[in-house]
Amino acid sequence: MENLVEVKDVSFTYDVRPVLQRINMTVPRGKVVTIMGLSGCGKTTLLRLIAGWLKPTAGEVRVAGRATHELTHDEIYEMRRKMGMLFQFGALFTDMSVFDNVAFPLREHTGLPESMIRDLVMMKLHAVGLRGVHRRMPAELSGGMQRRVALARAIALDPLLIMYDEPFTALDPISFSAIGHVIRRLNDTLGATSIVVTHDVQETLPIVDYVYFMSDGAVVAQGTPDDIRNSREPFVHQFVWGEIDGPMAFHYPGAPYREELRLEPAHG
Amino acid sequence: MVERAVRGLRVVGHRVVNSVWRLGYASRFFSLTLLKSATSFRRFHLTIKEIYFTGVLSLIIIIVSGLFVGMVLGLQGYETLQKYGSAEAVGTLVALSLTRELGPVVAALLFASRAGSAMTAEIGLMKATEQIAAMEMMAVDPIARVIGPRFWGGVISMPLLAAMFSAVGVFGGYLITVVLIGVDEGAFWSQMQNAVDFRQDIVNGVIKSVVFGVAVTAIALFEGYDAPPTAEGVSGATTRTVVTSSLAILGLDFVLTAFMFRGA
Repeated sequence: MENLVEVKDVSFTYDVRPVLQRINMTVPRGKVVTIMGLSGCGKTTLLRLIAGWLKPTAGEVRVAGRATHELTHDEIYEMRRKMGMLFQFGALFTDMSVFDNVAFPLREHTGLPESMIRDLVMMKLHAVGLRGVHRRMPAELSGGMQRRVALARAIALDPLLIMYDEPFTALDPISFSAIGHVIRRLNDTLGATSIVVTHDVQETLPIVDYVYFMSDGAVVAQGTPDDIRNSREPFVHQFVWGEIDGPMAFHYPGAPYREELRLEPAHG
Repeated sequence: MVERAVRGLRVVGHRVVNSVWRLGYASRFFSLTLLKSATSFRRFHLTIKEIYFTGVLSLIIIIVSGLFVGMVLGLQGYETLQKYGSAEAVGTLVALSLTRELGPVVAALLFASRAGSAMTAEIGLMKATEQIAAMEMMAVDPIARVIGPRFWGGVISMPLLAAMFSAVGVFGGYLITVVLIGVDEGAFWSQMQNAVDFRQDIVNGVIKSVVFGVAVTAIALFEGYDAPPTAEGVSGATTRTVVTSSLAILGLDFVLTAFMFRGA
């Protein structure tokens, strides 16, 4: 099957700090692929590389067959029109109503008449179950609802690729499963391809086709959800079952505890 | 000792390099805003909305301040002028002070603290809540769509607010000196009409307020756009907007006055 996104040997360095090291990843068309890992392991940076926001220090990212680092500013904008991105906290425009938020990309990029924009906005809001709140302002919605509105906005232009940056963070259990359900359904009904960046393992595994695990800027494991559940690899096991002890240490490296508390004299 | 001196030198160097870098970044930001201004005029309703927010919503503070400044000028002017038996010239004094200096300068200072700080906070928070990033992601240029209309909205509002300030100030002066104290009304207006020159006083005042409008809005928008996406970052940027633009207004006013009114 043809791949929509191909990440080949990509490294990325921010100032002098290496964030990603020789990442290889493919996202086949029509699939939902998730990238898992702890906070700060480079997941969001990877999404930004795919969106052409950042350029890789080494290697290349190809979207629909074209290397993003070779594209001009206008070509990157052209590519982004075919992408939708759901930000961690929705990033709705707080000075616009729900309706205007979803209508925003349509008004900016299409010359459609207002009557048609209205119908399209209502269809998108219906898809996320929030047609009834189109007159409200974002501040009047719960976190989960805001994120669903943001999703309606992300799919307004029927994108080929939908990217989700931590879509489950700080949601109640009902919003949680609602978002998960919507991600899968939208992907299949729109014929899109999705990349979900998250660290919520148990809730994400049922809705995705393939999983990449990242740690410290590198891919450390990959496979189908069943492979991951049955994996004996210590890192994956620790992550999937949420164990405190394992290859990932609970404590961030620091000075010895006793020394920090001045229980014993420092050397010298 | 040497180590300390080297460290001190390094800190100074770092600060200088940072300041120069930031100045360059600000210039680039300003040039991009100008280059991408087409959207602000092609879709003028976006700019109109900003004129409403920065201009119309600043009207109350401008009108009230203008009225009081005019009334105080009337009182003080009358007090001094009547000692020399020329109390009727108070109209001239009020009008010239307002159109040449106080109108543009005080209106710009109020504009910086009312509209400039609001602009910085708004852009800073839009950045902190990833609204600017979301716009980029939707292939919409935030400089053209968000910054441009706000910039032109501010530049258009500023001279109108300054004119309003001066007009209301003159009325305040009239209220105090003519209505309250009883200076001759005919002399008040006719002396003012004779003394105030359209090109020399009114146009120069308008030029000043346009320059202040460009300075305040550019500073406010840059500070917002450059603010670190945290609570401290946005609050620091808002403070910097008010302080930097107030100093810029006073500095520019001195330079412009030196060019405009050289004893002519």
